Amino acid sequence: MEGFMNIFKKTILTVLVSFLLIGSSYADKIKIGTEGAYPPWNSKDASGKLIGFEVELAWTLCRYIGSQCEIVEQDWDGMIPALIMRKFDAIMAGMSITAERQKAISFSQGYADEVASLAVMKGSSLEGMETSEGINLGKKTGAVKKDLKTLTAALAGKTVCVQTATIHQNFLESGDVGKVNVRTYKTQDEVNLDLAAGRCDAALAAAVAFSDYAEKSGKPVVLVGPTFSGGAFGNGVGVGIRKDDTQLLNAFNKAINQARKNGDISRIAIKWFGFDASM
Amino acid sequence: MDISLMITSLPKLQSATVVTLKLLSLSLFFGLFIGLLFAILRLNKNIFINKFAYGYSYVFRGTPLLVQIFIIYFGLGQIEYFRSTFLWVIFKEPYWCAIIAFALNTGAYTSEILRSAFQTIKPGLIEAGKSLGISNKIIFYKIQIPVAIRQSLPAYGNEIILMMKGTSLASTVTLMDLTGVAKYIISTTFKPIEVFIVAGGIYLFMTFIIHNIMKFLEKKFSY
Repeated sequence: MEGFMNIFKKTILTVLVSFLLIGSSYADKIKIGTEGAYPPWNSKDASGKLIGFEVELAWTLCRYIGSQCEIVEQDWDGMIPALIMRKFDAIMAGMSITAERQKAISFSQGYADEVASLAVMKGSSLEGMETSEGINLGKKTGAVKKDLKTLTAALAGKTVCVQTATIHQNFLESGDVGKVNVRTYKTQDEVNLDLAAGRCDAALAAAVAFSDYAEKSGKPVVLVGPTFSGGAFGNGVGVGIRKDDTQLLNAFNKAINQARKNGDISRIAIKWFGFDASM
Repeated sequence: MDISLMITSLPKLQSATVVTLKLLSLSLFFGLFIGLLFAILRLNKNIFINKFAYGYSYVFRGTPLLVQIFIIYFGLGQIEYFRSTFLWVIFKEPYWCAIIAFALNTGAYTSEILRSAFQTIKPGLIEAGKSLGISNKIIFYKIQIPVAIRQSLPAYGNEIILMMKGTSLASTVTLMDLTGVAKYIISTTFKPIEVFIVAGGIYLFMTFIIHNIMKFLEKKFSY
């Protein structure tokens, strides 16, 4: 029995120590987590290789930081917990900087910004909604309030599909557009599939996510209503970093400054989005 | 460890448990009928009927439940012709897609459990009935089925527990069951360990209840 307990204790100790070792610093290599399922921000090519705006930008920023990098894949809904648990050291996954997320992690300055939009299938009753081009929810002017009213009336009782744990879900649940039926999905791909299948009356995501899908699938997906920014939609997309990791945060901020000054961010953005989404 | 989060998430997870239990009970209800039907078909002497029933259980036991639920939910929804049929009224709803997938899956396992139970009935029991002049039909309903159900109780109890855990896959097709709500809470608090411990505890408690009900039934029907 004594011998058994000894072996037992030793095993536990070994396991604990190995956990500590795995969790230790990134001294030699920065690990960057991305989703690989949100084109054109980040996605995968046919061979399974990670591609997209953020993948290319990540390699560029790493060059400026002067450190070795590794990009790893992580499901969207576990992204922030995985960062906190040190599965990787930075998030570059089209993650908008919001107050809610800042309670858990830090963000670098924003490197790109892009509007959100509702999408429907051609022929939907939601088409031809009369609103302004785009609204900034950061400033609730009369015009913004009027558009939110139009949206509230149009979306009443409708099912709107979004990816889970996104700014888009937060917005729909904020009450700004009344009570809508929010259906959440693990990935944007699944949102697109159900929008095309007619299970969703509308979907909300980054406008480019829909145009990318429409282009690649040939499905008649159209954008409706105003584009959204500010407020619940956050302040651009930045690099997510653990709160205690100020050294890495500074390194990324400096690298973003340099990349912006040299025009790298704009160049990569135009390549993947078709327009300059850098900020 | 954030104990207060565990306490505040408990009521939300409890109400999500109702969804899980609804999914489980409806799936088991339909699955039992499917299972009984296919177990009887398996015992049929006609080779086509027999092979058809065998094929059904082979396919549904041989593929992951997640794949089945994805094919039924996302797969069928992609077929334009299918969307124009009346069946789409049912298949449009994630709730019914989940129940159909679960019922077909548990039905396949149940048919195997019942088939083996039928086959282990001692021939003497049936012969005794025959020698008393009881008709084949009555022998089947009054002797074979009750004995088979008693025989299969322990294995079926296992299947109920497996299915209960399987319902967590409903969250992959947008349903807010116990796992779905747990993931939702995590998505706003970013604390998976605490929330999954509470959710896991609820699953464990359900297993405890099911296990004891089955033990009670086994005792009650022992002979």
